[in-house]
This record gives sequence, C-alpha cells and structure tokens, in this order.
Amino acid sequence: MHSAPVSVQRYRLRPRDGRSPTVVAISVIIALALLLPLVLLALDAHSAGWDEIHRVLFREHSLFLLRHTVVLSLLVVALAATIGVATAWCTERSQLPAQRMWTVLLVMPVGIPDFVVGYAWHSIAPTMNGLLAATLVMTLGTYPLVYLPVAAALRRANPTIEDTAHSLGKGALATFYRVTLPLIRTAVLGGCVLVVLTVISEYGAFEILRYQTFTTEIFTEFQFDSQAAGALSVPLVLLGLLVLTIDGLLPRRPTNSTTPRRAPKLDQWRWTVVPRLLALAALIVIGIGVPIGTLGYWMTRSQHTTLPAAVTLTSATTTTLTYSAWAAAVTVVAALPVAMMIFRRTSAPRIVLERATYVTQALPGVVIALSLVFFATHYAFGLYQTSALLVAAYAILHFPLALVCVKTSVAQASARLADIGRSLGRGPIAVFCRITLPLLTPGLLAGFCLVFLTAVTELTATLVLDPIGVQTLATQFWAYQSEVAYGAAAPYALVIVALAALPGTLLGLWFDRERHTRPNLAS
Amino acid sequence: MSIIELRQVAKRFGATPVLNNVDLTVPDGSLTAVLGASGSGKTTLLRLIAGFEQVDTGTVAIGGHVVDDGRRSIRAQHRGVGYVPQEGALFPHLTVKGNIGFGLPRAEHHKVTQLVDLVGLSGLERRFPHQLSGGQQQRVALARALAIQPKVVLLDEPFSSLDASLRHTLRRDVIHILAQTATTTILVTHDQDEALALADQIAVLREGNVVATADPRTLYSQPPDITAASFIGEANILTAHVHADQARCVLGTIRLHTTNPPATDGPSRLLLRPEQLILHPETKENAISATVVEFQYHGHDALVHVAIDHPNHQILLSRIPGNLALTTGQSVWVEVRGTARAWPLTNHNTNPNNHTDFSSATGQSKPTGVSGAPRD
Repeated sequence: MHSAPVSVQRYRLRPRDGRSPTVVAISVIIALALLLPLVLLALDAHSAGWDEIHRVLFREHSLFLLRHTVVLSLLVVALAATIGVATAWCTERSQLPAQRMWTVLLVMPVGIPDFVVGYAWHSIAPTMNGLLAATLVMTLGTYPLVYLPVAAALRRANPTIEDTAHSLGKGALATFYRVTLPLIRTAVLGGCVLVVLTVISEYGAFEILRYQTFTTEIFTEFQFDSQAAGALSVPLVLLGLLVLTIDGLLPRRPTNSTTPRRAPKLDQWRWTVVPRLLALAALIVIGIGVPIGTLGYWMTRSQHTTLPAAVTLTSATTTTLTYSAWAAAVTVVAALPVAMMIFRRTSAPRIVLERATYVTQALPGVVIALSLVFFATHYAFGLYQTSALLVAAYAILHFPLALVCVKTSVAQASARLADIGRSLGRGPIAVFCRITLPLLTPGLLAGFCLVFLTAVTELTATLVLDPIGVQTLATQFWAYQSEVAYGAAAPYALVIVALAALPGTLLGLWFDRERHTRPNLAS
Repeated sequence: MSIIELRQVAKRFGATPVLNNVDLTVPDGSLTAVLGASGSGKTTLLRLIAGFEQVDTGTVAIGGHVVDDGRRSIRAQHRGVGYVPQEGALFPHLTVKGNIGFGLPRAEHHKVTQLVDLVGLSGLERRFPHQLSGGQQQRVALARALAIQPKVVLLDEPFSSLDASLRHTLRRDVIHILAQTATTTILVTHDQDEALALADQIAVLREGNVVATADPRTLYSQPPDITAASFIGEANILTAHVHADQARCVLGTIRLHTTNPPATDGPSRLLLRPEQLILHPETKENAISATVVEFQYHGHDALVHVAIDHPNHQILLSRIPGNLALTTGQSVWVEVRGTARAWPLTNHNTNPNNHTDFSSATGQSKPTGVSGAPRD
C-alpha cells in the first residue's frame, strides 16, 4: 500500500462535532434585535396608558383611517396583481422585440421612491389628490413586486405542461386559467403580500397626495404627542401581522423544482403582438416617463427659492451614501449567520429565527423608527439623534430583504460541498474561506445592493431619526417639496433616482446571470 | 487485513432509525459494493465512514484505528477518506485544476497534471464545472478524491445520473483507475447488475440492516437466506418438503445443494433461479406442464412467465435463449436443471401468498411474495 499523506494515527479522537454554539448564539441575538421594535412598541403603548390608547383608538377618526388604509390596500393589490401577471405573461410568453429591454423597463419603477412619484404627479397636476391619486401612484410603484416573482415562476414552469393542456383540447384562455394560473399562484400571492405591506407602510406619497392613512396620522401625532403615535402604531402593526397570518394560513403546494428542458414556445412575432406592445409602452410611459419627465421639467425651471438651503446637494449625497452603505453592510453581515442557521436541520432556534424575521416584514419604517426613539429616550439617551440609531433602524427594516438574497446563496453553497472540502483534508476555516465564502459572495453583493437601494430611497424612518443638522437627499427633498419649492426639490429627487439605478442595474445583472447559467449540480 | 471495520453501528435522525447495528468489514484493496434500495441507509453509511456524521452507538475503524466510538470521533479532514458524491458536486467556482488541487499542499500541485491524465481529461484543466459533461464531472470528482492518496475511496452512486452507454464506459474506466492505484473502494449503488459486475464483495443493506455480505457469485448462487436470495436477481420461491437432501415440490423431486449444515428436513422454501427452469415446447419425461402467461423478449435471451398446471397455478419465471419463440397461452413443459437451496419454513415466513409475484412487467422486479420474511 502506498503512503497516505493524511494518516489517522496522528489524530486523537475528539468530542463529536455539535452544532456550533457561536452561530446559534449570534443568531439568537439577531432574532432578539429584530423583535426589539415589537417589544418596545408594547412598552410604549403600555407607558402611554390605557386611557390614552382608548382616547386615540376608539374614536370615529380611527375607523376612518382604517377604512382609508384597507380600501386603498385592496384597490392597489387588485390592480398591481392584474398588471403584474399580465406584464409577466407578455414578457415571458410572447415574442417581443427587444425582450430584455422590456423586462428592465418594467422593473424600473421599483427603484423610484413612491414619494417622488407622488410629488411628480401632484406638482404637475395639483388636483391629483385623494384615493384615486394614491391608488394610481401606489399601483405604478408596486406592480413590479408581483411582476418579478411571477415572471420567475413562469420561466421555471415547465412549458410542456401548457402544451399538454393544449393537446387535451384547451384553448389559450382555458389553459391560462386552469393550468398556468395555478402554477404561478404562490408567486402571485407572495407578490400581493409585499404590495399590501408596502401600501400600509407608505408615508411620503400619501402626505403629498393628501390621503390620510394610519401612517400619515402616526407621523402627524409624533410631532406633537409621541404617546398617541405609539398607540396609533398598534393597529397598523396588527394589520401587517394579519396580512402575514393570512398569507401563512393559505395552503401552498410545494414548488415544482424541475428545470424546464426546453424553452417555452413563444407566440410568433405577429401583428397581434402590437396591442400588447402598446399597453406595455403606455404603462412604462406612465410609470417612468411621467416621474422622470416631471423631474426634468422642474430642473429646467428656476431653482431659486426663498428657503435657505440647509445643506448642499453634494453634502446631502455624501450623507445618504454613507448611511446607506453602512446600513447595507450591517444588514448583510447580520443576515449571513441567520441564513446559515436556517439551512441547518430543523431545530427550535431555527424556527424562532424564521418567525422573527418574518414578523419584521409587518413593521412599517415609521413604527421601527418610533420604537427606536422610545428606546433611546428611555434607556439610552446617548444614542438619541445619532447616526448609529438611524443605521440600526435601516438594518432592522431591510433585514428581510437581505436575508432573501443571502439565503439563495447559502442554498447554493450547500453543506455537501463543505463536507467534501473537509474530506479533502481541509479544516473548517480553510473550507469557509475557500468554498463557502466565494460561493456566498454574489448573494452578499446582491443583498448589499438591494439594501443600499432601499435605504437611499427611504424617507419615513429617516425623517424621524436623522440627527439634528444632518440632511440626507430624502429629507432635504422633503423639506423643499413641503414648502412647494418644486424646482429646488427636483435635483435631490433626481440624485436619489440615479443612485438607486446603479445598484438596481447590478441586481438586474445578477438575476439575469442566475437565469442564464443554471447551477448544474444538485444541492 | 481489513481497512474499514464497522461494528454494531447504529444511527438515527431524530426519531427515524436509519442504520440498526450494522457490521461491515472491507478488506484492504477490495471493491465492496453496498447494495440497497433508496432509503435503505446507504448514503448515511458512507457519510459515517467519511466523518460527515457521527455514529450514535458502535464503532468505526479505519486501518485498525478507531475513528468514531459513539462518543468521540476523528474529524473528516483527518480521516484521509476520499469521497465521490452523486453527480460529482464539484466546487462550481473552481476550474478542473482548482478542484483537483484543492486537497493538495502547494508544493504538490504539479501532481494535478498526472491526475488529469489519469482520469483522461487532458486539455480541460481550465474548464469550469458547468462547461463539462456529466461523465467528465464525475472523472474530476474522482481525481479530486484520489489527489489526497486516500486509504479508501467512497463512491456514492457515482454513475446513476448518467445515461446507459456513458455509464458503462465510465464504470469500466473508474474501476480500471482504482485498480491501477490499488485503492480500496466502497461503492454504494441500487443497481444490482452494477454490484454483481464490479464488486469483490457485496453487502446487501435493507431497512438499515446488512442482511447479507458475500462475494457476488456466492450471493447469487448460495444466498445466506431467502431475503438475500430474492434481493439479488430474479428468484422463484416454492414451498417444498425436504427429506434427506431432496426436496419435493410442484416441479417434482429436486436435489438440494450440499450445504454445511445440511438443509433441515421438513416443510421448507426452495430457491430456483430462472435459468434453472428449462422450457420444452413438447412433452418431456420428468417435466411439468405449464402455460405461458407472459413472454418478454430481450434479444439475447427471453424471460417467460409460466403458470404451472397445478391447482395453485403458481407463476414461475424462466430465462430461455432468445431464439426459442414462445407465444402467450402456449403449453410448455418445465424441467429443473441443477440443485436448489432450501430453508426451513418457519412461522415467520408462512405467507399464504406463497408464490412469487412478478408485479412488474419489466422482468427486473423482485418477487414480492417473500418480501415480508425477516431473516430470523
């Protein structure tokens, strides 16, 4: 027998590998941090006292706010789902000229903050107010949240199934309703949940369009009576939790993981495609053309304003970049151990973690910000009005987003590959650095980009938490537009959109890469 | 000398027992096949040897040294065991060269070229895994495992994801390479043809128990018990009465195989392989009349299901040369060639449904009539 470089005799038996206690401990700490806002909200409401809660909540005005929030959510979710599914079907199941361009343009509105869209419409048509205006703005901003998962599901769905339905005598419409729609149902529902959560946490757009919801009311109350704001947050959070509960109770079929053997047969390029193209073009003109065009229009107008500029455009940009980069880095670093933990065998800490991150989705930015203000003013006054608190709010708010990206990567860097690395004689640190980390990098970068993009466009939490004397692009924009200084506000909005476009493009490239090179090994 | 020794190894995941007191001894330089259906615990067995999982009870020894005793274990990176998983599982971010060199110290990286040659992939060093075919990926996975000069290589169904022709070529090449490097190998498979064709020793794993360990020839012709008999190849199981090295059954009186200890007298179960049943289209002395119920033509030979003309109409399986044309419904005469193995009919395996049941038309199915019969 030849000599083996690794020889068992040299090593002593060691206590068996257990679950790494460090990872568990870190994960539990992160879960607790994520649940902190809920606890603080409860404390806040408790300290406000029952009388205050009773006074704020049990009055006709609350019913009015609830009706406003619910009616708008239902309208927007119905419209966004319809548009999202229809556009996904157009791009994935018909032969369009410049296919990729349409996909990119359809997703782009997600990078334009809703408060900028609201401002764009309202500033060129001051009569754009109330329910209809809010519905329009929110629908245009949220349909990509349905479009993206549905397009991905359509891409994954085996086209042979649709062919089979045709061979069984079903026409295009019957096939869509009875075969395609059930296949993409989970994706549609997932998108709809995101849409509702976005609508109930939006503040800026509704403030501009003079449409009162819980969020606008909380914000107004916060400026005068923070305890009332805490009390008002309770129904808002309950509403979010209700949406998540309904979503969790809906039955889910396991997703069909078979990769399609064959590209779907696309409808041939014919004149019948023209109406689809026109509809898509109209949607893009309303969704991107109007806001960008309006910003351009105001840029050409006089930018003089009687208001003194608190900060220059450059310094606001620097501040925004710094905060967003910090937030993205912190969030991704926190998401990594959690994602790795979730992929281990089912265990109690894992379930707690998943639930905790899940619950965070139901917390609007304004609530997280308020709970942190409560925390700082009651327990850590030194933190009040510091950048650290704002970054912490961003991290909690965007944690679910980062987790989605990091989880995808962790799934690819399967534990099996790490096992093989160890069987080749490498220790855990070498295996992590040479196998796990390189495989995780794309997902970490994607998570970073996504959080960065969302932090740049964040308004509500920033308004509540930004340190005195510091202005980000969003807050400076907000200050100008509140005073109807539309021309002065425009450059700030334009920089926000431009900053968001860069990581947005990177993200698009990443997803596109995933689409073209399928992982060729089973994980 | 045995290089791998498992003693009374048990493993459960949560409440699910996966392996129950498994004993396995792998001689140095041999190729041992672990044969079992999916879910029988094959992969878990390999992962325990590799050190990816730890045993609950029992011991695992490599080269005479205990590496896991149920309480403490030597880590996977210190065991020197090569592992080739199903579908290769190459590191997707590394080239062929990077994959193969992963386990080598920097000073020994020149060996990569030799290994690339060994597995016949010269010129593909700079390719990434997704640029390789399934068979090429498996070759890289093998070279990567061999790079650390392992005492033993574990192959986890390495050929199952490949199409038939590629499977045969790769199988032959892999065995050749392993023989060249004199590497002890454990091959896990669900394919009995693969196990019979490649292995020096086969361990049959069933529901977490090793029900038989023997060389392929012995396992096929003289299986230790009726369960192992029906697991490997097609089997006809008949009830018989044994008396003095002879068995009386519906096919007449059949001579028994000389075994030690000799078969016990009394009610028994009898094993006859399909190729032991000769079919004659004309009546013949000592042959039992039967009716063809199914005829599966395979070219070189044919599998015929016949119902014997006996009140129990037992269905038997016969393998005949392919040039003998028979049609369904035709009368034939069954003659038994060679000796049979018999096991006493215990209470455990008194199954009212005591005929072989070929539920599948592929001819690959195992008789299910005895599947409920445990070993003891």
